[in-house]
Amino acid sequence: MNQQFSYDIAHLIGATVLMAGFSLLYQRRLFAVLNSFAFQALALAAAAAWQAHVQDAPHLYFTAAIALLFKAIAVPFALHWLVERLGIHRAVETALSIGWTMIVGVALVALSIMLVLPVTAAAAALTRESLALAMSVVLLGMLMMITRRNAVTQVVGFMALENGLILAAVSAKGMPLVVEISIAFSVLVAMTLFGIFFFRIRERFDSLDVAYLESYRGDRS
Amino acid sequence: MNAMLWQILQIILVVALAPLVTGYVRWVKARLNGRRGPVPIQPYRDLYRLLQKEAIVAHSASWIFRAAPYVTFASVWLAACIVPTFTTNMVLAPAADLIALVALLAVGRFWTALAGMDVGTAFGGLGASREMLIASLAEPAMLMVTFSLSLISGTTAPAQIVSFVLAGNVGVEVSLGLALAALVMVAIAENGRIPIDNPATHLELTMVHEAMVLEYSGRHLAMIEAAGMVRLTLFIALIATLFAPWGIAQPGAGALGVLVGMGAFLAKTFLLASTLAVFETSIAKMRVFRYADFLGGALLLGLLATIFLYVSEAV
Repeated sequence: MNQQFSYDIAHLIGATVLMAGFSLLYQRRLFAVLNSFAFQALALAAAAAWQAHVQDAPHLYFTAAIALLFKAIAVPFALHWLVERLGIHRAVETALSIGWTMIVGVALVALSIMLVLPVTAAAAALTRESLALAMSVVLLGMLMMITRRNAVTQVVGFMALENGLILAAVSAKGMPLVVEISIAFSVLVAMTLFGIFFFRIRERFDSLDVAYLESYRGDRS
Repeated sequence: MNAMLWQILQIILVVALAPLVTGYVRWVKARLNGRRGPVPIQPYRDLYRLLQKEAIVAHSASWIFRAAPYVTFASVWLAACIVPTFTTNMVLAPAADLIALVALLAVGRFWTALAGMDVGTAFGGLGASREMLIASLAEPAMLMVTFSLSLISGTTAPAQIVSFVLAGNVGVEVSLGLALAALVMVAIAENGRIPIDNPATHLELTMVHEAMVLEYSGRHLAMIEAAGMVRLTLFIALIATLFAPWGIAQPGAGALGVLVGMGAFLAKTFLLASTLAVFETSIAKMRVFRYADFLGGALLLGLLATIFLYVSEAV
C-alpha cells in the first residue's frame, strides 16, 4: 500500500509536468509561455525530489536542485530578459492553430503510451507509466518546436523536451549522476548559444521569425 | 423511512443554500476588490423582491417564454437533488446517475436558449447561439469526466462512486487529477463564470447568459436567477462529492453521521466558493473566439484521463 502510494504520487507529479507541457501549447503570450515553462521545471524538480525520497537516492536531490535553480529560475529569467531586450512581438505566432495543436498533442500522448507499454513489457511494472509520461513530454516539446514560428518559443520547446528526458532519467532507477550533470550543463551551453543566435538572427532579419531563415541563401555580396 | 427523510432534507437544502452560496461568492469577490459589498444574504432579498413584482411579458412571446423559467428551474433542481451531498442513503440514489444529471442540465439549458429566441430580439438569439456553442463543447467534456470516473469505480451512480472511494479502493490516480481539472473547467463554463462569461455584467457585447434572459421580469426572472444559483451550488457540490467525498454519511450511519456529513458538506462548499471567488478576481474574461480553445482543453483533459486509465489497467 505504502509503495503503491509513493508511485501514485510520482505519477501525479509526472502528470503535472505533462499538463504544463499542454499549457505551453495553449498559451498565446510569450511571457505566459515562459511562466508555464518555469512551472513545468518546478514540477520537474518536485518529481526529482520525490524520486530521491522514494528511491532513497540522495544524488537525485542534486538533480532536483539543478532543475530548480537552472531551469525554473535561471532560464526563464534569461529568456524574459532576452525578450524584453530584443523588444520582439509578444504574441505567439503559430504555424498550426492552437486547437489543432492540442488535438495533435493528445494523439502524441496516446502514441507514446502505445509505444512504451509493449516495448517495456519486461521492465518493472511501475516505471512504465512514468516512462510513458516522460515520452509524452518529450513529444510535446518536439511538437512545440515544430508548430511555433518564433525562435524564442522554439527554444522553450527544446527545453521542454529536455525536461521530458530528465523526467525519464529520474524515474528509471540507477541513472548515474554524471549523465544528469552533463545534460544540465549541455542545456546551459545550448541556452547561451541560443542567446547569441537570437541576437544574430535579429541583427540580420530584424525579426525572430524563423521563416526568414528558409529563404535565406547566404551572403552573395 | 430515513432515506425518504434525508432525500426531502436534501431537496430543501440545495434550494435553501443556493442563494447564500451565490451571495457569499459575491461578497468575497467584493472584499477582494476592496469594496464592502452586499451582505451574503442579499440574494434572498433579491429573489423575494422579484417574486413580489409583476411579470411583464412581451406581446410576441409564446407559451414557451412563460414555461421556460419553470422548466429550467425544475430540471436544475432535480439535478441537484440526485447529487449525494451529505449522505448516500437517499431514495433517489439508485435512480440517479451522472449521465442523467448531464441530461437534466441539458434540458434546462435547452429551454433557456429556446426562451432567448422566442421573443425575437437580437440579443436573445445571440445569447442562445453562444450558449449552444459553449454547451456543445462542455457537454462532451463532462461526459468524458463521467466515463473516466465510472471506469474507475465501475458505476455511473454518484452514490456508489462515493461509497467506492470511501471504501479506500482508489489511490491517488493520475486520471482523477485530470478529470478534476476538466470538471472544474466545465463547471466554470456551465455557470457562466469568468473567464467564460461575467455573471455581474450587463454589457451587451460580452454577455452570454444575461443576453438570453434580458426580456424576463418579476417571478419569471426570480425563477431564472434561482436556477442559476442552484446550478452553481450543484456544481460545487458535485466536485466536492466526487473528488472529496470524505465525511459523507453511508447507509447505516445514524443521525450523528448525517450531522457530520452536513457539516463537512457546508465546509467543503464554502471552501470551494472562496476558491472560486479568488480565481475569478485574479483572471480576466476571455474573448468569445477563445471559448473553443478553453473548452476543447477541458475535453482533451477528460480524454487524457480516460487514456491514462488504460495505462494503469495495462500496468
